[in-house]
Amino acid sequence: MTTIASPASPYVPTGGRFARALSRNGAGYMFLLPWFIGFFGLTAGPALVSLYLSFTNFDLLTEPRWIGTANYVRIATADPRFVASIQVTFFYVLLSVPLKLAFALLVAMALNRGMKGLPWYRAIFYLPSLLGTSVAIAVLWRQLFAGNGLVNSFLANFGIQGPSWISNPDYSLYTLVVLSVWQFGSPMIIFLAGLRQIPQDMYEAASLDGASKWRQFWKITLPLLTPVVFFNAVVQTIEAFKAFTPAFIISGGTGGPINSTLFYTLYLYQEAFGFFRMGYASALAWILLVIVALFTAFSFLTARYWVHYDD
Amino acid sequence: MTDFAATDDVRPNEIVGLEKRRRWVSVLLHVLLIGASIVMLYPLLWMLSASFRPEEEIFSATSLIPSSVSLDAYPRGWFGLRVDFGTFFWNSFVISILSVIGNVLACSLAAFAFARLKFWGRNFWFAIMLGTLMLPYHVTLIPQYVLFLNLGWVGTMLPLVVPKFMAVDAFFIFLMVQFFRGIPRELDEAAMMDGCSAWRIYWRIMLPLSLPVLATAAIFTFIWTWDDFFGPLIYLTDMRTYTVQLGLRSFVDSTGLSDWSGLFAMSMLSLIPVFFFFLFFQRLLIEGIATTGIKR
Repeated sequence: MTTIASPASPYVPTGGRFARALSRNGAGYMFLLPWFIGFFGLTAGPALVSLYLSFTNFDLLTEPRWIGTANYVRIATADPRFVASIQVTFFYVLLSVPLKLAFALLVAMALNRGMKGLPWYRAIFYLPSLLGTSVAIAVLWRQLFAGNGLVNSFLANFGIQGPSWISNPDYSLYTLVVLSVWQFGSPMIIFLAGLRQIPQDMYEAASLDGASKWRQFWKITLPLLTPVVFFNAVVQTIEAFKAFTPAFIISGGTGGPINSTLFYTLYLYQEAFGFFRMGYASALAWILLVIVALFTAFSFLTARYWVHYDD
Repeated sequence: MTDFAATDDVRPNEIVGLEKRRRWVSVLLHVLLIGASIVMLYPLLWMLSASFRPEEEIFSATSLIPSSVSLDAYPRGWFGLRVDFGTFFWNSFVISILSVIGNVLACSLAAFAFARLKFWGRNFWFAIMLGTLMLPYHVTLIPQYVLFLNLGWVGTMLPLVVPKFMAVDAFFIFLMVQFFRGIPRELDEAAMMDGCSAWRIYWRIMLPLSLPVLATAAIFTFIWTWDDFFGPLIYLTDMRTYTVQLGLRSFVDSTGLSDWSGLFAMSMLSLIPVFFFFLFFQRLLIEGIATTGIKR
């Protein structure tokens, strides 16, 4: 009976209006307290501090010294390693992400035909995704593509003398692309979930009208799947920009041979924790943020022209 | 009765042909998929078999079956550095477990506030929280390092664990908010009627009803922390505090790649915890990915 008499939100004890407002807001902010501490102390605060540091010369030992835009000027005009790392990273992103997504979509479509053994295939294809970022896999890759590694042993069976993929600057980056494509499992699972959402009767209707499978793919499957493609592309691209461990392990931390695996993050790490040029590394970090933000903004702006939404 | 039997035989030839074709396509697909599976798994299986092989065989054999099986590489790898791998495994385990506890607690608290509580500025903070998802951690890296250096935490596991208790992994907050929103409001409204405090609703109603999402968050946190290389690389300086990933990297550096089978043996061991979760919680992982688009 009392419940009917006091319909106000019972999160809130009875009391004056002000006390109630305070207590109502108070509960929300109490629950958010850990996140607030983390947000201001470990995310927003540090992000602003690193923006400041990017305009300084800072080696951890002495106080940061304001040098204006000198770091950015040097990055833009006189830093060949920055140029190399940008080239390597963009090449890696632009090659590995489309390949990975194409593979993921292809396998997802094959699995979506109501295949027997679907859970088995799905599990096998997903496993590399789960294991892929560990050092153990990078170590394995280093052996696979070594001059006398497994890949070349296989090729030798066909009389082909393969190069030392890892230590040849022409090929080393491709081994990392292969490693990334090998982990197509998680976008594949997302594609599978998306494919399930497409109503079957659309295909039946198209079949009756005599549309070929090829045409059905381009006219039904792909347009209806564009939101999922969009999502996967954004997430995988951001991840690819941030890749670090495989390049570090395979090149022994150098980004070599001849900067051919110098991922942007690896270059940033070397500047910060190899040479302790913290101001310079902060500038690099902010440039990375701007690149990722620009890319994301670009994706969302162009999305309206190619991503199909129901409503 | 005879009618039924007859209809079976008078199916138009087109349909019979179509079914035949479909069966062939299906067989072909299976062959392709099995082939792809073998290619996908071959490197892993090969590494497993290499860890049992005599050293001289590693760089010549392409088959999966070693000529002779030897377990020597495991103890050799385990004690191959001046600190044994038992220490590394223990360190990784402690860091991962503490991270799981921190992430699940802190993220679920924040998620409960965003999903269920009304307070001034909720939508604003929610948008900010989503915004942090996009932020590359490099932007906060150096000031965080300076902060932890000044606190005297560099060289300990604290910089790797404490932030998890502050819900810095916004992704999991988002994951939990989505799940909490799916729980019928009548349940907590009924509890409110009975005079339950927000805290009790969170602890007694939301958490018990959210076990699947909490488990998903816990497992992914464990795996990502276990596999993390960058964080330990920066913050752990003394070999006795190393995680397994750092141990493997030191192994590569110190043996100069002369003891491959020892390295492979330790690599295989380092994958076991992740593989365990894969075997026993695969459905949770796959559902987690399918519904929210977890990146790995």
